[in-house]
Amino acid sequence: MSFDRGVRAALSDVQLRGALRQATTLFGDRRQTALASVRDWEGARERARAIKDDTLLHLDHYLEQFTANAERAGARVHWARDAEEACEIIGRIAAERGARTVVKSKSMASEEIHLNAALARRGIEPIETDLGEYIIQLAGETPSHIVVPAIHKTRAQIAALFTEKLGIAPSDDAAALTAAARQALRRRFAEAEVGISGVNFAVAETGTILILENEGNARLTTSLPQTHIALMGIEKVIPRFADLEVFLQLLPRSGTGQVLTAYQSLLTGTKRRPEDEGPDELHIVLLDNGRSRMLAAPVTRQSLACIRCGACLNACPVYRQIGGHAYGAVYPGPIGAILTPQLIGIERAAHLPYASSLCGACRDVCPVKIDIPAVLLHLRAQVIEQRAGKGRWLERFLFRAYAAVMMRPWAYEWAMRGARALRIMPPLRAWTKWRDLRPLAPRSFREEWRTGLRGKGE
Amino acid sequence: MRVSLFVTCLADQIWPSAAVGAVQVLRRVGCSVEFDERQTCCGQPAFNTGYRREARALARRFIEIFEASDAEAIVSPSGSCTAMVHHYEQLFEDAGWRERARALAGRTHELSAFLVNQVGVEDVGATFAGRLTWHDACHGLRDLGIKSEPRRLLRRVRGVELVELPNAESCCGFGGTFSVKHPEVSVAMLDEKIDAIERAGVDAVVSGDASCLMQIGGRLSRRGSAVRALHLADVLAFTA
Repeated sequence: MSFDRGVRAALSDVQLRGALRQATTLFGDRRQTALASVRDWEGARERARAIKDDTLLHLDHYLEQFTANAERAGARVHWARDAEEACEIIGRIAAERGARTVVKSKSMASEEIHLNAALARRGIEPIETDLGEYIIQLAGETPSHIVVPAIHKTRAQIAALFTEKLGIAPSDDAAALTAAARQALRRRFAEAEVGISGVNFAVAETGTILILENEGNARLTTSLPQTHIALMGIEKVIPRFADLEVFLQLLPRSGTGQVLTAYQSLLTGTKRRPEDEGPDELHIVLLDNGRSRMLAAPVTRQSLACIRCGACLNACPVYRQIGGHAYGAVYPGPIGAILTPQLIGIERAAHLPYASSLCGACRDVCPVKIDIPAVLLHLRAQVIEQRAGKGRWLERFLFRAYAAVMMRPWAYEWAMRGARALRIMPPLRAWTKWRDLRPLAPRSFREEWRTGLRGKGE
Repeated sequence: MRVSLFVTCLADQIWPSAAVGAVQVLRRVGCSVEFDERQTCCGQPAFNTGYRREARALARRFIEIFEASDAEAIVSPSGSCTAMVHHYEQLFEDAGWRERARALAGRTHELSAFLVNQVGVEDVGATFAGRLTWHDACHGLRDLGIKSEPRRLLRRVRGVELVELPNAESCCGFGGTFSVKHPEVSVAMLDEKIDAIERAGVDAVVSGDASCLMQIGGRLSRRGSAVRALHLADVLAFTA
């Protein structure tokens, strides 16, 4: 679906827009309240960004350190160049364990590589266990938000979906719906041979991975099945265990407005003794898939500082109107508009850098101070330079003509005089369909200046 | 203080009252104002759409013109165009041009910030009867950090009652070419703003950028609203 069609579909969906307004306002307010409990929010942002900048400058070193330490603790680390390799590695491990079903906790990286489809092709059934992801999977949809995947659904829609798919009695009581999902999922946890999770942070000096969640499903996913596979983008590594302190202040507050998530699972390798709890095997898949390309220049490198909190989505006035699906990309909203073209190539996502009014609300809320508007502008320049995406011959011509006129004050003056005399209005139906177009003033400022205003001051 | 006016092409052609008002207010607070007629557009439309070559040519031209002035400050009735001048540096790789761009940005100010922070006035001697609300234009607010200055100026205008919008800081949906590339989204964003303006029961919405005012005013009049869209300088220029 093209962006414009996606936008129209979203804007005409009353339920979607109601759900979006309510949810983005709620998360924005909660975030604001949660910030108050940090004494120096700006300082925390600065520190977190400095850690990320240092890590990204020496990413190869920290990834090797992480790999060595994780393997020393009993994990196996796999390096995946792209989505295909990552799916192959994960699919092969699951198949070798004879898995018929795998349980999954929330992972946007797994969405990015389209893991569920790859597993299904091998005859392995993936079960999403995060409530939001489970709803999306039942509905046969994709997440429309990186933290709140079912943000676009109302409670009534979820109730109808559960009645249809789970055969429960109709109810729009949130507790009853949650209980129904829990009941359906418990059985799946027990039978799954493999659990697949994402990773929020990976600590280089200890080889530890940290997973944040609120439902306990990630803890079950990573502890009940005999094999745990964790999928992480290479940018998730941080140097020291102590660095978690600042990121744990920033991430839950920015994402859901929580001071801390209900669960934080710190996993280092596999169990030490047979009687310990936990899986026998831990595989960690390091995913590049276009990320190392972003390291080259500081303006693009900062995209990798993202900790996937979703605050920029909640703050974005464009996202608030159209939701995530309209973007037509795995990662929606402002962060998606800068990540997607860099991950999949600007040619295939040339519209995304333009899906923003450049208002800068995203930059204000970003806990790691990513200058998203600056990256959008950089990508727009790339689109024009590389002639990516659809033909823009008219736009190119207009900007050349505009520059030619604006470089010459006489041309500017006579062009505007001509337009004024002939009452020429630009044929901007895209504007005038919804808004009146303010006409040129009867006299320009410079004419006022010449005919009296200049002298009045002296 | 001697001021060189950076009028902006939009104010020059579409909202000249804002520029005339700016000149009057600046003179009233004791500044002398000059205007270099060679100036045209700062290049922001090209820069924001990705046409860096065109933007760079216009930036060079702008820098050369305003460097020639020995005025202490360059003042503009637009936060957005002022912010563009502050972005010029990133258009250049050449150290010489970067330095020139940085130096020029250092003396380029948006009108309300100039009055409050450079001249040090809040009461500019204006009188305007009406209930008003302020729309924070994005680039003034977020690129230049202008938030209190226009409010302080408006509160000191005799006859003005200033009320706050709950979404004063939300984008009006203009966004330059965004407003015509994605008009439906642009107008959906705008309508949230307009709804709040109408609920506030004001006579006029005031802002510091002619671009936002075209967007907000164009929709207000299309919706048949009695609320007017005014530039800050329009209000500050009024005297009893």
